[in-house]
Amino acid sequence: MRRQIPLLITFFVGALIIVSEFIPHKPFNNLSTSLEGWFLIISGFAIILGQLSLFKVNIIKISRKAPNWPYFIIALVSFSIMVICGILWGTQQQPGLLPISDKMLNFFGVKPFDYIFKYLFENLSATMFSLLAFFMASASYRAFRARSPESTLLLIAAVLVMLGRTTIGSTLTGWIPDSLGFLHLPKIASFIMKYPNTAGQRAIMICAGLGVIGSSLRIILGIERSYLGGK
Amino acid sequence: MKIFEKFLNIDRRIIFLLILLGVAIPLIWTLGFNLEVTENVQSVYDLLQELEPGTRILISFDYDPSTKPEIQPMAIALMQQAFTLRLRIIATALWPMGVQMCNEAYETVSVEYPNIEYGIDFINLGYKSGGMVTINHMAKDFRSTFPADAGGNPIDEFPIMKGIKNFDKIGCMISLSAGDPGLKQWVMIIHDTFGKPVAGGTTAVQAPTMLPYVNEQQQLVGLLGGLKGAAEYELLINKPGFATKGMDAQSVAHLIIILFILIGNIGYFATRKQRDTLKT
Amino acid sequence: MRVYILLIILIFLSFTLCAQDITFTAADNTNDDGDAIILEWNAPPSVPEMIISRSIDKENYIEIAAVTPLLKRYIDDENIEDGQEYFYKLSVLNTDGETLQSFTASATAKAQWFNTDKISLLIMTLLLASAISYFILSARKGKRLYIRKISGLDTIEEAVGRATEMGKPILFVPGISDLDDMQTIAGLNILGHLAEKVAQYDSTIYVPVCRSMVLSTAKEIVKEAYLRASRPDAFKPDSVFYLTDDQFGYVAGVDGIILREKPAANFYLGAFYAESLILAETGFESGAIQIAGTAMPTQIPFFVAACDYTLIGEELFAASAYLSNEPNQLGSLKGQDVGKAIIILTLLVGVVLEMFGIHFLKDFLTTH
Repeated sequence: MRRQIPLLITFFVGALIIVSEFIPHKPFNNLSTSLEGWFLIISGFAIILGQLSLFKVNIIKISRKAPNWPYFIIALVSFSIMVICGILWGTQQQPGLLPISDKMLNFFGVKPFDYIFKYLFENLSATMFSLLAFFMASASYRAFRARSPESTLLLIAAVLVMLGRTTIGSTLTGWIPDSLGFLHLPKIASFIMKYPNTAGQRAIMICAGLGVIGSSLRIILGIERSYLGGK
Repeated sequence: MKIFEKFLNIDRRIIFLLILLGVAIPLIWTLGFNLEVTENVQSVYDLLQELEPGTRILISFDYDPSTKPEIQPMAIALMQQAFTLRLRIIATALWPMGVQMCNEAYETVSVEYPNIEYGIDFINLGYKSGGMVTINHMAKDFRSTFPADAGGNPIDEFPIMKGIKNFDKIGCMISLSAGDPGLKQWVMIIHDTFGKPVAGGTTAVQAPTMLPYVNEQQQLVGLLGGLKGAAEYELLINKPGFATKGMDAQSVAHLIIILFILIGNIGYFATRKQRDTLKT
Repeated sequence: MRVYILLIILIFLSFTLCAQDITFTAADNTNDDGDAIILEWNAPPSVPEMIISRSIDKENYIEIAAVTPLLKRYIDDENIEDGQEYFYKLSVLNTDGETLQSFTASATAKAQWFNTDKISLLIMTLLLASAISYFILSARKGKRLYIRKISGLDTIEEAVGRATEMGKPILFVPGISDLDDMQTIAGLNILGHLAEKVAQYDSTIYVPVCRSMVLSTAKEIVKEAYLRASRPDAFKPDSVFYLTDDQFGYVAGVDGIILREKPAANFYLGAFYAESLILAETGFESGAIQIAGTAMPTQIPFFVAACDYTLIGEELFAASAYLSNEPNQLGSLKGQDVGKAIIILTLLVGVVLEMFGIHFLKDFLTTH
C-alpha cells in the first residue's frame, strides 16, 4: 500500500496532464498551471529542509573537529551574517525590520546586504566562473589530439571556430576581397556553428526529448520506480 | 625526443599562467583588433531600429553575477539603443539576481540619459520564481503576476504599464539569458503563442543551443552570443564599452589555447612512432 | 465663415470615410476555454482613432479599448464567459474625438474540447506511446531485445570495486536542477542502483545536492538502496546533504569535497550548466575515475573532454532501464528507437518535398 498509493497518484496526475495539454476547456486548461504553482509552493517550504541540513552537517563537523573545521565555522558565520543583514535592514528593493542609520549608510554607501552582495558575492561568483577559462585551456590541450580522422576533424573545426569567433579572425582574413568573402574566418566560424553544429545539437535535443518521453512514460505507467526508492 | 615527450605533459600551471598573462595584458594595453558584425547581431539591432518611438519592449534579465561580464555589456548596449530610439523598457527577471543586474545596468545607462524617467520610460518589475509557469501567468494576466514593481509600488501608478494586460501591447521581447529558465521559455510563449518578435543574448557556451531557433519561422529574430556579440552590438550603436575591450583579451586567450593544442599535437605525432614500437 | 469651412471639411471627411469600405468582424477565439473573442477590422490609415465598446444586451455599451487602424486585431479576454453572446461596436472618431461612424458585430464565446493546433503533437504522442507499449508487451511475452552496450554504465561496478579497494569514497552529483527536470530524476534513478552497489561493497558515498526537494528524494533513495542490500545499519543520513542553491557556490563546495576527500570515483549525472567543466577538471586532477551523463548539449563536449565515460543525451534516460535489465523497461527503449525512426523518415520526406516545392507537410507541422 505504501508503494501503491504514490504509483496511483503518479499515474493519475501524469495521464491527466498529458490529456489536459490537448483540451482547452475548463477545468483542463488551468490544470498544469495550478500544479506547477503547487510545486513552487512546496519547493518554497522545502528550502527550510535544505538550510537545516546545511547547518546540521556543518555543526557536526565543527563539533567533531573534522579536518579544516575552522572553514565550516566561516561557512556558518557567512550564512548567518547575510540572513541577519537581510532581515534587519533589508535590501535596496525591500525594507527590513529596522531602518538603516545614517552612520551605517555613510559607511557602506548602500544597505549592508547589498554591500556584501555587490562587493563579495558577485566577485566570488565571477571568480568561480573565470576558472572556466583556465580549465578550458588545460582540457583543450589534453583533449584535442589528432588520434583519428574524426578527432582531426574536430581539432580543425575547433581551431577555425576559436579564431573566427574573435577579432583575430577578422584581422587575419580581413584583407581577403569580398568576392572570396566565404574564406573570412568569422564567416567560416558562423557557417560551422550554423550548419554542422546546429545539426548535431538538434539531433542530441531530439534524442534527449525522446529519452524524456520514454522515461516519463515508464514513470507514469509505474514501470520505473527508482525515484520512490524501489527497484 | 625528450622535449617532445615534455610537450605531451606540460604542467597545467604553466598553461594557467600564460592564460592569466594573455587575458590581463590586453585589458591594460588595448591591442585594437578589427571586429566584423555578424548577421545574427545585425538582426537584433535592426529589430529595435524598426520599432516606433514610444513602443514598449520587454527585457528579461535571466542571469546572475557569474555571467555578468558576458551579458551585462549586452544589457547596457541594448538599453542605450532603446533609450536613444525613445523606446520604453519593461524589465523583469526569472533569476533572483537578475533584479540587481537590471538595477546596475539602469544606473549605468541613466547617467548618459538624464531625461529618462522611472515609471515612464523604464520600469523594473522585479523577480518572480517559476520560469515557464511565470511566463504562462504573464501571458494570461500580466498585472496579477506583477501587481507591483521591484520596489513594491503598485504598477497602476506607472504610466508605462497603462493598458498592459498580456503581451499584446509589447513591441518585442529580449531575453538576456545564462541558462534555464530563460530564452527558450520566452520563445515558446511570446513567439509561438503571441507571434511577437523575440531576440536574445546568451553566453558563448549557450549560444549554439539557441541558434536552431534563429530559423525561417523567426522563432528568434537574432542572437547575441557571448562577449563577441556584445562587442559587435557596441560597434553597431557606436558606443564602445567593456565588451570591445574584453574581445582583445579573449582573442589572445584563444590564440594561447590554439598554441598549446598545436604543441600537444606536435608532441603526439613526434612520439607516435616510439609508442607504436613499444606496443609491438 | 470659418464655421462653414469647418463644416464642409467635416462633411467631406465623413463622405471620404463612407466611400472606403471599413469591415468589422467578431468571432470566437478558437482553441480556448471560451474566454476570448477576436475582433478584426480593416480601416484606412487616415482614420485617427477608433473605440471598441462591448455590450451583452445591444443597448448598454461599455468602452473596452482604444485602437488604431494599423493594429487590425484585438483579442477581448476581459470577463468573457463561455456561451454568452457579446455585441461589439467599433466607433470611428475624428481628430476632435467625435464619432463619425459605427460598425457592429457580435459573437458567442465557446469553449472547445480539443485544441486543433496540436494535431501533429497528438499524432506523434499516440505513435510513440503505441510503439513503446508494443515493445513493453513484447518484452513481457519473452521476446529478447537487443540493447547496445553503454560503456559508462558497465563501469559502475568496476568503479565501486576500485573505490572499495582504495578505501576512498564515491562522489555522486545529481546536477543542479530541481526535481521538475527529467534529467535529475534520471540521475537519481541511477543513484538507486549505485547506492545499492556501494552498500553491498561496504563503501562510502557522498551525495551533495543543490536543491532541497532533491535532498529529500535522494536521501530516501539511498536509504532504500541500503535496505535492499540488507545493510540498513550502514546507511549514514549525512552522506546526502545540501550545499547551496547558487550554481557557483555549489560547484565551489563540490570542488572542495573532491580536493579534501579525494574520492576514487566521481559520478556527474543530471542537468549541468557552466559548472560542468570546473567539476570535471577538478575531478581529473584528483585522479578519480569519472563517469558523466547529461542531456545538455552545451555541456556534453566538456564532459567528453574531461571524463573517462560520458552518457550522451538519451543514454542518461536509458540508464535506469539498462541497469535494471528488466524486460518492461528495455521494451520502452526499443519504442524510443521507433520514435527516432519516425522522426528520421519525416525529416527525409519533408526535405524531399521541400526540394520539389511541395510545402503541405511543412505547413501542416508549422500550423498544427
